[in-house]
Amino acid sequence: MSAVHRKSIAELRAGLRAGEFSSAELARAFLDRIARFDPELNAYITVTEEQALGAARAADQRIAAGTAGALEGVPLAHKDIFCTLGVKTSCASRMLANFIAPYDATVVQNLARAGAVMLGKTNMDEFAMGSSNETSWYGPVRNPWKLSAVPGGSSGGSAAAVAARLAPAATGTDTGGSIRQPAALCGVSGIKPTYGAVSRYGMIAFASSLDQAGPIAASAEDLAWLLAAMQGFDARDSTSLDRPVPDYPALLQSAGDLKGLRIGLPREYFGAGLDGAVGAAVHEAIKVWERLGAKLVDISLPNSDLAVPAYYVVAPAECSSNLARFDGVRFGYRCEQPRDLMDLYKRSRGEGFGAEVKRRIMIGTYVLSSGYYDAYYIKAQKLRRLISDDFARAFKEVDVIAGPTAPETAFSLGAKAQDPLTMYLSDIYTIAANLAGLPAMSIPCGFAGDLPVGVQLIGNYFDEARLLGVAHRYQQETDWHRRLPEAFA
Amino acid sequence: MSLSEVDVERIAHLARMQIADSDAAPYAKSLSGILDFVARMNAIDTEGVEPMAHPLHAVQRLREDAITENDQRDLFQAHAPLVQDGLYLVPRVIE
Repeated sequence: MSAVHRKSIAELRAGLRAGEFSSAELARAFLDRIARFDPELNAYITVTEEQALGAARAADQRIAAGTAGALEGVPLAHKDIFCTLGVKTSCASRMLANFIAPYDATVVQNLARAGAVMLGKTNMDEFAMGSSNETSWYGPVRNPWKLSAVPGGSSGGSAAAVAARLAPAATGTDTGGSIRQPAALCGVSGIKPTYGAVSRYGMIAFASSLDQAGPIAASAEDLAWLLAAMQGFDARDSTSLDRPVPDYPALLQSAGDLKGLRIGLPREYFGAGLDGAVGAAVHEAIKVWERLGAKLVDISLPNSDLAVPAYYVVAPAECSSNLARFDGVRFGYRCEQPRDLMDLYKRSRGEGFGAEVKRRIMIGTYVLSSGYYDAYYIKAQKLRRLISDDFARAFKEVDVIAGPTAPETAFSLGAKAQDPLTMYLSDIYTIAANLAGLPAMSIPCGFAGDLPVGVQLIGNYFDEARLLGVAHRYQQETDWHRRLPEAFA
Repeated sequence: MSLSEVDVERIAHLARMQIADSDAAPYAKSLSGILDFVARMNAIDTEGVEPMAHPLHAVQRLREDAITENDQRDLFQAHAPLVQDGLYLVPRVIE
């Protein structure tokens, strides 16, 4: 059995059903790759070998019995932000380094119900706060294309694991770009669905009005299989949307013709700050869609430059509220020998959280403190409305919006670690979709030097099927999504 | 917006979070930098703009007022730092 790691989800499904290989063999093959390659990548925090092999044997039985689910026997990895029953769920924080989740997140449950086999939990920025995976308590993840570079973040472990094919697919979460930016920097595909499409139950909260889960995989076709299984109404998430889940894999087949598709190119996304070689690769991708019949439309999203400032009010404010639950009393880290209750709170939180998490909690605490609420949080919510209105206007003229995912390729480890503001600007093109709640994705579209470049597609609400279709047509014409870093081929 | 070390200590106290004395100055610098950056919001007149709390203007779903959760106290307390007789223990608050 050679090269199962190069197969698509559809090929893995077919191979399992045809008996070319068993789920147990597949799990073994990926576990072997993890054992061989992960020591240098650090993409996984926990590898659940025994559990994976057990789940794979059960999947093999269901395949044999003819009761296979949509992803029966397909291995995948979960970002360590998703609660997994009986398995450490750390959120890459010292605060939760001892936390064994007492229940499964809905996303984990949905994928297990579809038959997927969990290989382990992937590394990430602590509490999903970061764009480089350097804030993890478990150390940084390395980019499979260049070990001295970051994989992006916060879903950096998931993106690196897929890029090196230490899993065929992985889950991620995206609050300001945390699926799309690492997907771009690692040369893989990732989609953040419409806010509310995928349940947030059991997904450790960062900024609740922005957080959304989605899959990372090699191609749009793979994402279609994953998203169809992840998505769905969940009464346990108060912002879950009660809508039927589209049959994404089937809809891809009808994506054929792009004739007449209007692709908007926001001029604000191609200005100063965009690396020249990254911009060139994105323009080449856009030409492919044009050749396939799409019409390019010059558009403007005039409030784009306000997205990052508004985000760094909304996200820290919500983070400071959400992370108030970590108090050293009910679960998670507790300091040694607390003198009194205040000392217990302060030292448990001071010792349990890393520097960037503390920074964001303090920004959030400040902007929500008495007398500042209107000047910061309400002001940011008003800008959020203006940014959302920009998109609403644009979607009257165009069907999808295309542009770069990130302003540059993967940067060196340590290059931005000391300067939070420079780091925050890594998400300059991704944050607006979170503020507006729109679906958006990134797919690989070439290289700048030796490092991959991602092109971003932003769609109107609930237009995931169209986004996946447009991306799939591109991937039928190109092979960037099949490229693997040499050392992991 | 320039925060002093004293401001940082006050904010950290509000957040119930201890920070090392030696970290107060670097935090004062980085937090001030972020707040300056965020102040770019003020360049835009937002008079009359309705604040947006939810992208799809959804409202909270209500359900019937019925018990839906099982008692899982033992399971949840198995993950607590310190419990006794079903109670979470903290340092004495009332003398």
